[in-house]
Amino acid sequence: MAEFRMPSLGADMEAGTLVEWLKAPGDIITRGDIIAVIETQKGAIEIEVFESGELTELLVKPGTTVPVGTPIAVINSGEPETEVEHPQVVLPKIPPPQAASTPSPEPEMPPYRTVKVSPAARRLASERKVDITKIAGTGPGGAIISKDVIANVSIQPRGLDLAEMRKAIAAAMARSKREIPHYYLSHTVDLTQASEWLVQTNADRLPAERLLMGALFLKATALAIAQRTGFNGHFTDGAFQPSGPVHTGVAISIRGGGLVSPALRDTNTLTLDNLMVKMRDLVNRARQGRLRSSEITDATVTISSLGERGVERLYGVIYPPQVALVGFGRVTRKPVVVGDAVLPRPTVVVTLAADHRVSDGQAGARLLADIDTLLQKPETL
Amino acid sequence: MTELTYREAVRQAHKDALNADERVFLMGEDVGQYGGCYAVSKGLLEEFGPERIRDTPLSESGFTGAGIGAALGGMRPIVEIMTVNFSLLALDQILNNAATIRHMSGGQFNVPLVIRMATGAGRQLAAQHSHSLEGWYAHIPGLKVLTPATIDDAYGMLGAALADPDPVLIFENVMLYNRPGILEARVADIASAAVRRPGKDITLITYGGSLWKTLEAAETLAAEGIDAEVIDLRVLRPLDNAAILASVAKTRRAVVIDEGWRSGSLAAEVSARIMEGAFWELDAPVGRVCTAEVPIPYPKHLEDAALPQAPVIVAAAKSAIG
Repeated sequence: MAEFRMPSLGADMEAGTLVEWLKAPGDIITRGDIIAVIETQKGAIEIEVFESGELTELLVKPGTTVPVGTPIAVINSGEPETEVEHPQVVLPKIPPPQAASTPSPEPEMPPYRTVKVSPAARRLASERKVDITKIAGTGPGGAIISKDVIANVSIQPRGLDLAEMRKAIAAAMARSKREIPHYYLSHTVDLTQASEWLVQTNADRLPAERLLMGALFLKATALAIAQRTGFNGHFTDGAFQPSGPVHTGVAISIRGGGLVSPALRDTNTLTLDNLMVKMRDLVNRARQGRLRSSEITDATVTISSLGERGVERLYGVIYPPQVALVGFGRVTRKPVVVGDAVLPRPTVVVTLAADHRVSDGQAGARLLADIDTLLQKPETL
Repeated sequence: MTELTYREAVRQAHKDALNADERVFLMGEDVGQYGGCYAVSKGLLEEFGPERIRDTPLSESGFTGAGIGAALGGMRPIVEIMTVNFSLLALDQILNNAATIRHMSGGQFNVPLVIRMATGAGRQLAAQHSHSLEGWYAHIPGLKVLTPATIDDAYGMLGAALADPDPVLIFENVMLYNRPGILEARVADIASAAVRRPGKDITLITYGGSLWKTLEAAETLAAEGIDAEVIDLRVLRPLDNAAILASVAKTRRAVVIDEGWRSGSLAAEVSARIMEGAFWELDAPVGRVCTAEVPIPYPKHLEDAALPQAPVIVAAAKSAIG
């Protein structure tokens, strides 16, 4: 394990502001990778790491300013700490003149390479999230110019074109409303059990390992859907093609406007912990525009959760060729009649938008009831 | 549509202005009997008489000052100064009087004066008669500075200048007087730059005598697959920022061609404006092709070498493209 610290980029730098993480926990990184962007008085600087291994934890959130030397991430190099320093001592071929006198030698800087990038190319690369360190320049003196960036936009996995995304959403949603006869159901679920169970479960967990209510929603919905027919699959060529596996499309909003719902595969078989990890990964990659193509096409049903900033209930538009969308509103404390008493209880409204060509209201009602039942036994999820 | 030379277009503009408005008159050294040092006013004395085509003593400060006075008194004088180097003798009148009176009178008096002069090198007139100092005048608030490069502008800008309520300086490049062309538009604006050749790969920004060298360079570039846009500034003060920035935003590269000397040149001003307004659009540093910083040589080959020429413009454009 190694702590990655806020680097000093000059003697006069006292602190830096983390602008963006370019790597997420779980990413395998190699020495020289750029893992974050730091804003300093000298502008935004891309920060490289000097370790290889798995990035296990991010300790600082974007927007936070921390002093130089503050640990900002944890990297698991895969070797016990003690072994790291041994080779330098035992290998006679490598004279350690610095290491002998300096207890913590400065990490060796990667060879410095001057890359000329035109202002237009810099702006475009930043807008389209193109990694300029990976492209060749054709401008004056080999400088990277706008045309080089544009040529790399299509093959770069990073980068979202929000205008294009908006067009895709428009086409899909218009098709949905044109072709799919939607019907809508809604049901209020008492979340007392689920909330208490989450509090207990999370009590002795580190913040990064805590479960979120959204994970329970996903798992319960996936389990319920797996048991019912008519909600999981695609409507193609005039007929419903049911799917065995439940790949839930998770609706993720994109900063700056935009929406993707990449597939979380086999949601019904994932443990909650596993589901959390995959969800974080998916959200991270979706917002960086680094989704895999299969994740864009494989979803068999969509789950949309507005979360804490949302409203009470949402009526979804089915993402064709899927046949159902399950929506969760904001968890709200509401008066609930329990026995003869009215008690304040955490509740959520779960809604179903379903394709009437494939299922009917009664089946839909049973599906929502199943989700309710499952959420009453969170420990079984 | 009439085929004529640049000189004839300027002369025709004078005739039409003199006919249209009796307040208009021309004065300057040798404009009457001799017909003007570049023969622009040849025949005007016979046609309009000595009241309106007035030869003056060799005193630029005196007759320019008289022109300012006449303008203040309600006339529409055209003052011809032989060449821009002689205008330095009238600089106090131009800078301290013509350009300031509207301001210093709190807007009570304006100076509707037009001053024309020849500028530029290329005729082997040596170091004292070959300057391109129009960029200096473009430094001065209170003036408008025009550099007609085409037949249409040679004709149309005089009328627009006379219609302007404030002092307007017109710089006629000496290499353009014999240039033939067709007069198409009789009205010119004195506010905007013109795209003389549309293109998408690089913007070549120029004015005056360098326009034709730049267009020649653009054709050479086109033969090599580089599509250059050529902007004729036309008006050096006030500069048409929007036209410059729009073109650079499209092509992402610019070279400024200016017959003035490089240091403190108009090309420097244009380059700075591109930096201020289009830095994030640029794919290459802004280039400049200016006159070598020497007194303009007399020998033909050295004079040619000192001035911006098409091959140098081509090289600068290629260097910006990489």
